[in-house]
Amino acid sequence: MRAITVKVGLASCGIAAGADAVYRRLESYLVESSKMVQLKRTGCIGMCFEEPIVEFDGGDLGRVTLGKVDPKDVIMLMEEYLSNRMPESHLILADQHDAKHNPLMNSQMRIVLKNCGVIDPQSIDEYEETGGYQALKQALSMRPYAVIDRVKASGLRGRGGAGFPTGLKWDFVFEQPGPKKYVVCNADEGDPGAFMDRSVLEGDPHRIIEGMLIGAYAMGADEGYIYCRAEYPLAIKHLKVAIQAAIEKNYLGSNIMGTDFSFTLHIKEGAGAFVCGEETALMHSIEGQRGMPTLRPPYPAESGLWGKPTNINNVETWGNIPWIITNGPQAFRAIGTQQSPGTKVFALAGKVAGSGLIEVPMGISIRDIIYKVGGGIKNGKKFKAIQLGGPSGGCIPEELLDTKVDYDSINATGAIMGSGGMVVMDEDTCMVDVAKYFLHFTQNESCGKCTFCRIGTRRMLEILDRISQGKGEPEDIERLQELAKNINQGSLCGLGQSAPNPVLTTLRYFREEYEAHIVEKKCPTQVCVDLITYTINKDKCVGCHVCALRCPVKCISGKRKQPHVIDPALCIKCDSCYKSCRFDAVVKA
Amino acid sequence: MLENTDKLDALIQKYQGKQGILIPLLQEAQELYGHINKELMLYLSAKTEIPAAEIFGVATFYSMFKLKAQGRHVIKICKGTACHVSDVDSIKFALIEQLKLLPGEDTTSDMRFTLVEVACLGCCSLAPVIMIDDRTYGKLAPEDIVGILAKYT
Repeated sequence: MRAITVKVGLASCGIAAGADAVYRRLESYLVESSKMVQLKRTGCIGMCFEEPIVEFDGGDLGRVTLGKVDPKDVIMLMEEYLSNRMPESHLILADQHDAKHNPLMNSQMRIVLKNCGVIDPQSIDEYEETGGYQALKQALSMRPYAVIDRVKASGLRGRGGAGFPTGLKWDFVFEQPGPKKYVVCNADEGDPGAFMDRSVLEGDPHRIIEGMLIGAYAMGADEGYIYCRAEYPLAIKHLKVAIQAAIEKNYLGSNIMGTDFSFTLHIKEGAGAFVCGEETALMHSIEGQRGMPTLRPPYPAESGLWGKPTNINNVETWGNIPWIITNGPQAFRAIGTQQSPGTKVFALAGKVAGSGLIEVPMGISIRDIIYKVGGGIKNGKKFKAIQLGGPSGGCIPEELLDTKVDYDSINATGAIMGSGGMVVMDEDTCMVDVAKYFLHFTQNESCGKCTFCRIGTRRMLEILDRISQGKGEPEDIERLQELAKNINQGSLCGLGQSAPNPVLTTLRYFREEYEAHIVEKKCPTQVCVDLITYTINKDKCVGCHVCALRCPVKCISGKRKQPHVIDPALCIKCDSCYKSCRFDAVVKA
Repeated sequence: MLENTDKLDALIQKYQGKQGILIPLLQEAQELYGHINKELMLYLSAKTEIPAAEIFGVATFYSMFKLKAQGRHVIKICKGTACHVSDVDSIKFALIEQLKLLPGEDTTSDMRFTLVEVACLGCCSLAPVIMIDDRTYGKLAPEDIVGILAKYT
């Protein structure tokens, strides 16, 4: 019989949900027992909504994955598995048995996430067992330009959002004179609602290192940087472990695998500035300066880090490279669409039942992502919009749900593919509030270099603020549109150019909601607090006094067992009375 | 004057002569002193010959650098999209109420906590999320806050 293995998903989201306590419980139990069970750590399996997740394998039941595992139940669940009884209560995935999330997993296609949630990310041996560093070996046996040709032929486009052909970008750097060139991995994943890069770096760091090595060899670079957000401490830790292990096995360093190729890789931690995801700003930040974008040309390929030719790709782009080298460009082109081959990783979050990390073939419809892969909307609510591309992106409404996921179809909606953040919004979400939220974000993160981005976004935010306070004017919609046009044209980098997108797409698809705020002075979803008032329905109130106790400003009065009253002058609209009332007596209008 | 500069001097020594050192140097200096004040900036400038204005420019550009002393525990409120639509503001209000912070204040008078808003923490499926020091708390309701804060002294 094969050895039984137990794996616990220990990515950031797993740990936040309590997976480390589950792991410790198993560890202390297995130390004392004589059971032949091997305990392993792994990364993000993708089903964040089921965390903590534990997987058993090697027994007669085959591979079985359990979700929402409590530390106090985990031993009992393991015993059930060991005695060949299916732990049905927590079952989410199974190889030889029906399980509730089998369809969610089967509708995906995993290239970049192949090892995430499968191997121990801190073990280079496990990466090698899955074929790791074989693509590098193969690339090193090819001529550098043949590697670039292969990437070009695959049709891979930059997964950071803009979708520029990766092979072409590599070619530009290849053409530049050496000897000093750099490759950079952009892991400054700043879009709110996006966590793809974090999960890949935490769950399979060697894949990124291997991708960068192949690119460096092809382009003739001998030094590289991974620029990672400091908000991702676990990703940085796993990268450091991985780099050290790769040095020890001579995948990094001098004369790699006995060839003339040498490569040094550094990690640079970001210091908290969204604009550093822009490539010129990112390079200035690596150089130790303020991360402010500069005009292109010259492009980084000609004059990048310290004036040397530099190639920058994002985490997911690098993560595709080993697969393309191993399996060939034709196999890659067989997935996805003609113009957008391959797969795309998305972080599905918000009001969707199955939030988590997914990888799907390009060309799938947004509807299928939400309903087949994501399991539909949480709590039986109605779908309203899906936000793609973070602060640079836009909201796609219900009538466009059949839009195919490829760069060009998504651009046509006014949103962008972006790096992969997908936030689902339901009927309770106010679209004016969403636009305001994103604009607040970009306004805050604008580096201040361009006037239109610095001041224009502030003017737009002021208009949105007054609309959400019921002080909007009918001309405001036109003013927003005009400012949006000028900010787009008058800004140097992508942050400013795309900052108005969330406002423009919500205006395009949800104009009636803006009009309700402006004309009727109502927020249809009752999100904008200035437009709602709280009262107590005398007939329903039983005088239990709970709301009065919860009220932080003590503006609710009334004797016990008699109807209570809210003083609107003192009310701060914190919603705590509404949430605490068990008799539906608090009315929001 | 800046005191106990032995560790800082060793740090400067480590980076001396390398390129692109300012941000990691400030990050590690902040770890030593908790924040970066004027004395520290002037000291670094004198030792590294990087102009003080440039150091100030970098320190004020990045949100991670703190120019004022921070509380013993730092509470980060996630302002990501998923947290926003999951009403993270109610968590923020509960924190402000418990910590008795006045408008414009971010640190409690006993220096126990500092409250900051941060961009997405990347745990969107657990929204709404806060992080205290290195520990993440997800799927929060305002009622949970009292119990969580009690764990920190």
